[in-house]
Amino acid sequence: MQKFKIKNDIILVVSLLLVALLVFSLFLAFAKNGKTVAVIKNGEETACYNIDEDLTIDITSANNQNNTLVIKDGKASIISASCPDKICVKHRSIKRVGETIVCLPNKVVIEIKE
Amino acid sequence: MKLKTKKLVLLSILTACAVILSYVEMLVPPLFPAVPGIKMGLANIITVFLLYKFSYKEAFLVALCRILIITLLFSNALTFIYSISGAVLSIAVMALLKKVNRFSTVGVSIAGAVFHNLAQVIVAALIMQTAEIVYYMAALTISGIIAGIAIGLLGSIFIKYSSKFKI
Repeated sequence: MQKFKIKNDIILVVSLLLVALLVFSLFLAFAKNGKTVAVIKNGEETACYNIDEDLTIDITSANNQNNTLVIKDGKASIISASCPDKICVKHRSIKRVGETIVCLPNKVVIEIKE
Repeated sequence: MKLKTKKLVLLSILTACAVILSYVEMLVPPLFPAVPGIKMGLANIITVFLLYKFSYKEAFLVALCRILIITLLFSNALTFIYSISGAVLSIAVMALLKKVNRFSTVGVSIAGAVFHNLAQVIVAALIMQTAEIVYYMAALTISGIIAGIAIGLLGSIFIKYSSKFKI
């Protein structure tokens, strides 16, 4: 009985992996390069920049927290931030529609839009 | 709900254990800096144990208490929402798989881990209003499977040896 259950476990694991892979590939396949960079603070879009115009800007969020957004060569990234984990800074630069860089502690999201 | 004293004491001790396991996990530096919120989920050993030894109700009760305590001690309301949605979906899925009785403890634990992550990704997508956090699902599914195997094995060892004690 145990052997039969382990076979089911493997089926489960493989299907989960396949679903994850499928979702990931679908998103990748339908991705296109974006035209604008949106800054979303606390769920509300507060600014929108053209991705073809290079700029560096500081985003201030609640409690005087800040993230520095850089748009260069058609890509957007965050180069410095006041949050403790700096995951947003370590993130690779984004350019495809829908790609985001999220700073959860500061509740800031940079999103590429059409 | 009338609880026998013995069961009440046992559940309380296990809640304390779950809190400690959760705390110990926090001390470990993040495994992958690129993916925030990846944890081993050690406290789920207790959840899996309770699911099999008693039922999903006890598992959820202890998980709820553990999440409340940890949130009050260490985190904020946002973490609470993430943790509780993860717990609700994962325990629901685990209870379902256990009922179907076609998967081993490890398999159930794997599903629990993956769906826990799925719930958190969905909550994150809703809060941050972006759908593309789904990109994280690939990494989270893999880490969920690995964590699920580890927690499931530890949980089943715990279940096996607990039969030596009268509970």
